[in-house]
Amino acid sequence: MEASPGARIREGDCAVLKRGEVFKAVPVLRRRKIIFEKQWFYLDNAIGHIYGTTFEVTNGGNLQPKQDVEETTTETKEAGTDNRNIVDDGKSQKLTHDDIKALKDKGIKGQEIVQQLIENSTTFRDKTEFAQDKYIKKKKKKYEAVITIVKPSTRILSTMYYAREPGKINHLRYDTLAQMLTLGNIHAGNKMIVMETCAGLLLGAVMERMGGYGSIIQMYPGGGPVRAATSCFGFPKPYFDNLHEFPLSKVQSLLSGTFSTETLPSDPEDNALVEEESNGLTEEKQTSLQETEEEPTTEAPMEINQSEEQETMDINAEDVEFKENKEKENKENVREKQMKQWERRKKLTETAALLREKNADGLIVASKFHPTPLLLSLLEFVAPSRPFVVYCQYKEPLLECYTKLRERGGVINLKLSETWLRNYQVLPDRSHPKLTMSGGGGYLLSGITVVLDKGKSDSSSLEALKMEEPSPKRCKVQDLHC
Amino acid sequence: MGVNHQPTTVTMSFIEYGDTIKDGDTAIVFLGHESMFPVKVQHGTVTQTKYGVIRHSTDLIGKKYGSKVTCSKGGWVFILHPTPELWTMNLPHRTQILYSTDISIITMMLELKPGSIVCESGTGSGSLSHALIRTVAPTGHLYTVEFHQQRAEKAREEFREHGVDHLVTVTNQDVCKNGFGVSNIADAVFLDIPSPWEAIGHAKSALKTEGGRICSFSPCIEQVQRTCLAMEEYGFTEINTLEILLRVYNVRTISLQIPDLGKAAEDNSGTGFDSSNPSNQGSPGANLQQGTVQFKSGVPLREMVGHTGYLTFATKSLV
Repeated sequence: MEASPGARIREGDCAVLKRGEVFKAVPVLRRRKIIFEKQWFYLDNAIGHIYGTTFEVTNGGNLQPKQDVEETTTETKEAGTDNRNIVDDGKSQKLTHDDIKALKDKGIKGQEIVQQLIENSTTFRDKTEFAQDKYIKKKKKKYEAVITIVKPSTRILSTMYYAREPGKINHLRYDTLAQMLTLGNIHAGNKMIVMETCAGLLLGAVMERMGGYGSIIQMYPGGGPVRAATSCFGFPKPYFDNLHEFPLSKVQSLLSGTFSTETLPSDPEDNALVEEESNGLTEEKQTSLQETEEEPTTEAPMEINQSEEQETMDINAEDVEFKENKEKENKENVREKQMKQWERRKKLTETAALLREKNADGLIVASKFHPTPLLLSLLEFVAPSRPFVVYCQYKEPLLECYTKLRERGGVINLKLSETWLRNYQVLPDRSHPKLTMSGGGGYLLSGITVVLDKGKSDSSSLEALKMEEPSPKRCKVQDLHC
Repeated sequence: MGVNHQPTTVTMSFIEYGDTIKDGDTAIVFLGHESMFPVKVQHGTVTQTKYGVIRHSTDLIGKKYGSKVTCSKGGWVFILHPTPELWTMNLPHRTQILYSTDISIITMMLELKPGSIVCESGTGSGSLSHALIRTVAPTGHLYTVEFHQQRAEKAREEFREHGVDHLVTVTNQDVCKNGFGVSNIADAVFLDIPSPWEAIGHAKSALKTEGGRICSFSPCIEQVQRTCLAMEEYGFTEINTLEILLRVYNVRTISLQIPDLGKAAEDNSGTGFDSSNPSNQGSPGANLQQGTVQFKSGVPLREMVGHTGYLTFATKSLV
């Protein structure tokens, strides 16, 4: 199940473009214009190269592997000692916008443009060495347009989503996601229950850590699960063989024993698209992340069916027996639809049976919904002595969730936490934390299930007392490592 | 004490879940909040706890994981299935260890998954090792290097006891001098040693030709600076240094007293909690009889871990 070593970029892949700290996921298709970081180009030339290759954009909008050019060694150049005499009047650069544009149009390489800028700056030689360094870095970043094409992974996609479309993932910061995967002991062979409204990012992360082994039941609200981000990972088909889904709207009936497949959630096609749009928070208008957002898997067969129908119609357009054939088509169509429904019902029944076993190896939740009702119901499907972890963008709902779980019993080692993340600039004599950092990455409530002692209300409250943290007192440093 | 019997077949509980407690398992005894310890399940053995004695043959073997076990003095405990995370909290320390917060981000940033080949040095107490083995199982492998002979041997012993020795190779040598003992096969390399810059070259050769990821963990910024320079010299890209800290909250119901601001000449004013207002009667907060307001809060701990180490990640790539 391992990825082939030195994986090459293939048509149809989902690839991630990277320039500095900026990422963008795109489908690899020929003759498809891509816009990325103010540049337009085609990916055609990238096909066949190894992931991780860095490219330059040529004048024609094509990609070309970057030649490893020797850095023009800065011999002991002239430099100042401080900026006391440097006046920022905006006039120190002698090249105008038009001059620079002319250079670009001539096809002058980025490196050369940067050199020109340096030579035409009146204050450059007065800057300190560090300031010169910073200046060159800044200009390089702007004019040396190199793009690296990287293979998608949880690391890449979670960073990308958090930077570009945090609303779609409920502001789940990538380190919080990392905690969830470890706290939940996500590994090959698990039977996992996943409930998320993070565009399928969490599902993809779980699938990556399971490597195609074990099984996953994805609980979904509305008409169907959203797996837009999941398709970005590029998992091989066998990974999806043991991926099941189950509607939240049927959970109560399943728990009370009144489950039936008679009333199914409405047509997946319509609902899934609606689901996608309302997935993020209303404050953000979603721009499509990829050129083609993938609809849920149940959608695919129906699409093929329609296009087949379309083809047949074109061919028979002039046919005398056109009408007859059309009737036949319609009948077949209805039959197909019935088959699909039957298949869906069958799958649903199978998934219900999997849930009824109540032996899942873990539960992982990250959604826009209030966590309490989700936890209280979905924990019923989890075996004892298994971890669970739930994410919430806000702390308060998890306070309530914690309280309700204590009342319910059957859980221990409850912990409410968040992680604090800080990036650093490390340079000789210039090391310090970076100037900006994320203000918050969400909160996690985690715990371990135990055999639920139903009936005896005394013992469960005693239990709760014992499991409760001691009253705040002086903690030893060793105890702090939670 | 114990009856002499044949060595038991060890289950792979650290990388595979089982339902019932078996002879030879390592299980976790949970006594209460943040109070637990590991126990080697063995026929005929007994374990002492503050709640009394646990007899393995009758109380543990054959029972479901997650069960409540009553001890001889009447108190009870829970028996938990081992996981690398529980192991990290309970393992015997031979060195300072990495905790799950750092382990989580390391795992994700190194892009580890089933089938990955990882190199690690130093093995230390095996905290990270267990987590790595769990992640790369069943088809990956961990090559771990430890320059202290006894620690290397203890690690080998533990991996065997935990049924994961087929997934890990422990080598007793100095990684800075002799590398990891493998070349061009690793997807990722992890360094937690005093002078990581001396091992960057070896790390690069251990990594696959087509590329991979590297991580170095150092408590001091000076070490980080030297390591970043070395990474740059050896052609690593995407060099990034970060730190991650865990903040834990205790869920508490808090009661705050309402101050007595006295009374104005007229009725009811100024406290902000208007008892005459009927809509306020049902309010969950106010408890005006006792003059307190109750609310639920996530209270941070008095002290928290302020620093473990800086994590530096980088990429080895062909181009």
